[in-house]
Amino acid sequence: MNRLALRAEMVLRRLLRRPRLDLPLLAALLLLAAMGLFFLASAADLSWRTIGAQAARFLLGFAMLYLVSRLPPAQLKRWTPALYAASVLLVALVLVLGEGRGADRWLDLGVLRFQPSELLKLTMPMMVAWYLAQRPLPPSWRDTGVVLLLIAVPAALIAKQPDLGTALLVMMAGGFALFLSGLSLRRIGLMLAVMLALLPVAWHHLHDYQRERVLTLLNPESDPLGTGWHIIQSEIAVGSGGVLGKGFMQGTQAQLQFLPEHTTDFIFAVVGEEFGLLGVLVLLALYLYIIGRSMWIAVNARDTYGRLLGGALALSFFLYVMVNGGMITGLLPVVGVPLPLVSYGGTSAVSLLTGFGVLMSIHAHRKLMK
Amino acid sequence: MSRRHRHPLPDSGGDAQRRFTRRAWASLALIALAVAGLGVRFFWLQVVRHAEFVTRANDNSIHVRFLAPPRGMIFDRNGTVLAENVPAYRLEVIPDQVHDMHAMLQRLARVVPLSADDLRRFHELLKQSHRFQPVPLRNRLGENEIARFAVERWRFPGVEVAPYLRREYPFGMLTAAVVGYVGSVDAREAEKLQGTPWADISQIGKTGIERQYERLLRGTPGYELVEVNADQRPVRVLERVPPRPGENLYLTLDMHIQKAAYAGLRGRAGAAVAVDPRNGQVLALASSPSYDPNLFVGGISESNYRMLLDDPHHPLLNRVTDGTYLPGSTVKPFLALAGLELGLRTPQYTVDSVGEWHIPGVAGRGYRDDVRGGVGVVDLARAIEMSVNTYFYKLAYDMGIQRLSAFMARFGFGRPTGIDLPHEAAGVLPSVAWKRKVLKRPWYLGDTVISGIGQGYWQVTPLQLANALSTLADFGRPQRLHLLLATQAGAGAPIVPASPPPPGAPVIAHRADWQAVMRGMVRVVEGTRGTARGLDVGFPYPIAGKTGTAEIYSRTSKQWDNGLPTQELALRHRALFIGFTPASDPRIAGVAVLERAAWGGRDAAPIVRDMFDAWARQRRLPDVPLPGDVLPAYAPLSLPPGQALPPVPAASSLAPAGSVLAPSPAAGGRR
Repeated sequence: MNRLALRAEMVLRRLLRRPRLDLPLLAALLLLAAMGLFFLASAADLSWRTIGAQAARFLLGFAMLYLVSRLPPAQLKRWTPALYAASVLLVALVLVLGEGRGADRWLDLGVLRFQPSELLKLTMPMMVAWYLAQRPLPPSWRDTGVVLLLIAVPAALIAKQPDLGTALLVMMAGGFALFLSGLSLRRIGLMLAVMLALLPVAWHHLHDYQRERVLTLLNPESDPLGTGWHIIQSEIAVGSGGVLGKGFMQGTQAQLQFLPEHTTDFIFAVVGEEFGLLGVLVLLALYLYIIGRSMWIAVNARDTYGRLLGGALALSFFLYVMVNGGMITGLLPVVGVPLPLVSYGGTSAVSLLTGFGVLMSIHAHRKLMK
Repeated sequence: MSRRHRHPLPDSGGDAQRRFTRRAWASLALIALAVAGLGVRFFWLQVVRHAEFVTRANDNSIHVRFLAPPRGMIFDRNGTVLAENVPAYRLEVIPDQVHDMHAMLQRLARVVPLSADDLRRFHELLKQSHRFQPVPLRNRLGENEIARFAVERWRFPGVEVAPYLRREYPFGMLTAAVVGYVGSVDAREAEKLQGTPWADISQIGKTGIERQYERLLRGTPGYELVEVNADQRPVRVLERVPPRPGENLYLTLDMHIQKAAYAGLRGRAGAAVAVDPRNGQVLALASSPSYDPNLFVGGISESNYRMLLDDPHHPLLNRVTDGTYLPGSTVKPFLALAGLELGLRTPQYTVDSVGEWHIPGVAGRGYRDDVRGGVGVVDLARAIEMSVNTYFYKLAYDMGIQRLSAFMARFGFGRPTGIDLPHEAAGVLPSVAWKRKVLKRPWYLGDTVISGIGQGYWQVTPLQLANALSTLADFGRPQRLHLLLATQAGAGAPIVPASPPPPGAPVIAHRADWQAVMRGMVRVVEGTRGTARGLDVGFPYPIAGKTGTAEIYSRTSKQWDNGLPTQELALRHRALFIGFTPASDPRIAGVAVLERAAWGGRDAAPIVRDMFDAWARQRRLPDVPLPGDVLPAYAPLSLPPGQALPPVPAASSLAPAGSVLAPSPAAGGRR
């Protein structure tokens, strides 16, 4: 009993101690969140309900960031297998409970609804880093096999929901950790070749709507009123924005409802339309800075676990930006990936900021100066 | 990559770290390249092809228009319409096209009357919606109003008359407790719907079946790609994906019985339920006083809502599922059954009622019978017939609270029945654990004694009572009470029976025990001293029942109630009756509860009899629902409700009612 009280006190003390956050990264994230709210205000036609809800998510997200940053990476490492197992279980649960009506990926906890697959974006690289951190590196074939299995099981569950986009993102998050562990390029090339060979098989298993999306990408004008609609309208929005943009709440594409989902997945197009190439470049520069800073933290981490995890998180963040940017400019198929910290809604804002909390924790326990 | 030597321990040297650093910077370089590539793509779209896209944006004239799906209809088991969609017209305003909203509304009010409620609702919706989306201003336009507006329309850019489907409940108050109603989507619901295909629906089930089966009823929205002119007015439709209507629902309800239940309550505060014990189908579910659900459709006016909220009789409360009451003597048949099943009593065991009962060895205030001086020596059947408290005080005392609450829990007391309605109270099944947890006080022997007559901590909903009664009537087989009988994908589509959950494990071990209790319950109605004697006069089958008269306030005087004027008693009594028929082969079980009435037998029992009459008047209830789009097999119910049912001869396909006191062996061979 006494020991428990003592431990509780220690944890409390640790939480209250002077924060040792990486201030440049924190400043960049706060700036991004502020810009995100500003863009959202314009895209959502100044709907205070929408803006307020998003602001609340940011508050929760930054609180999570702070809390997680107080935990030493050793602690996170100890919890990793349990966290991973729990999130895989939740994904399986959703699959079982999934009320059989379309794509039901939500778990309703009464107060908050969330997609358990979102958790895996964080716990997947954690697990891969945890496993590889206690094996000799670069990983042997056997270890590589184990990691691939750790990646494949939850990815298959998510793909079954069916949520191919998230399944790919989760796979990539794990794959990044594997890549950073120093797996030889020859082996990576070999595995990619095998995957490429399996592509026709995968195509066979895709849902019709998923195939349609890929086909539409190849030729959007072939189906201007169907699924190509999103891409064409998005390109028109971006292109008509020009260098300086049409101004706050002045984008005709967004405000006249030509652009679908303009507060969520397609908000980047609104940025392009209303704030022009200038706005886009500022946003991209900010993203690039955040990714670079995260990578720097990973490089300076004290141990393998911190390095692999930090690096994988930085690369995942890049992936989200790239996939969303590619989608709205017509370079990639329409997959439901929100623009990090700018798109409205979802669990994405909270889970992303939690991930940055992990990075802050790694930073706080970096190795002593060389 | 060097594979010359591997480190035996992870992270023991700089090699892995160097490798990581190399990879990290390499990927960062690639990232910078990719982001630059993305920048180039933006440059390509925004600078090189800028002029082209500006033209295309200006020519963009295709709008996606949301098409609301028609909501599924709701029928009773005979195909009588309980909820339907009626075409209507309303005024809609596109805010972006109105320059001075205030002035426009003032001018418009001179053409089409706008009430304060209309304006309040409009301004509320205005805050929630987009500038370019039509906002409903006035629902249910009359033909004259449409004509008058058509003439003046040129003066009101951005104002349109639009058709819509209005939800209507033809039976209004009669079915409000079951069907519920739809209303406007509120902020919390909108949040939940965001990002789903239903983000643009305007009405959503708020209570009752409308809420419970929202997902089945709402259908799938469609959309229309419309070419618009410079004023954003539609010119032609390019593509149309029609909405898919919601599913039609058939309820287990039988409107003949439902009507009898509601009419029987005569507006008094109370509830009536009828179920088919053989399968758990709810045949009637009425709460009184009720409200008109049609008032809520499209937004209720503030004055109407105030009136409903401030009404001292709480018409919005669904007394069947959410009203909790002392069950009083209606628990006695269950207690008697417990005595028999637990081996504490035989049907022949007798108790001497002398007017007051004392816990052995405890002096002081006794526990009273209803009749001064008691009724003498009674056996089990007589104890049920005359509702003799002393018999049940002693039985509860002998049983002890542990066994009492464990046995009663088998009949579903103290927890929701699991009926397919959105809300249900759990009630209270008295137990030592409950009292310690909720009241934080120990259990006393006296608590056990009064639990035996349904007083004390007991709280049951009329639905729980119906659930327990149904289990009892079906020889101890618990059936989950339910309202959904079948679904239908659209008019003319096949009617698909819903699959109710399977019955639970039987809770009565010996058929003889059941018969002993049932005989006592029949004597409540047939016996010369039964508390509901005469209830079966003119009824073709024997009825088994039990009255209950629960005291709302604890007694302070030593007065006896008998002989007091009923008006005075009504102020402090709740009247209850439970019953099923035919007694030895039960096919309908009914419960009636009145919040302010003198005696269960005199006041509540006739309501149950009314429901039984309505049931007996029909040849048989259709097992498979009759399609809602063909004529019902028997005379449709008259509208508006309130008139008498067409008399149907009480001819029946049921076996002739034998003497119940000596039940035929056929009763056991059922099913």
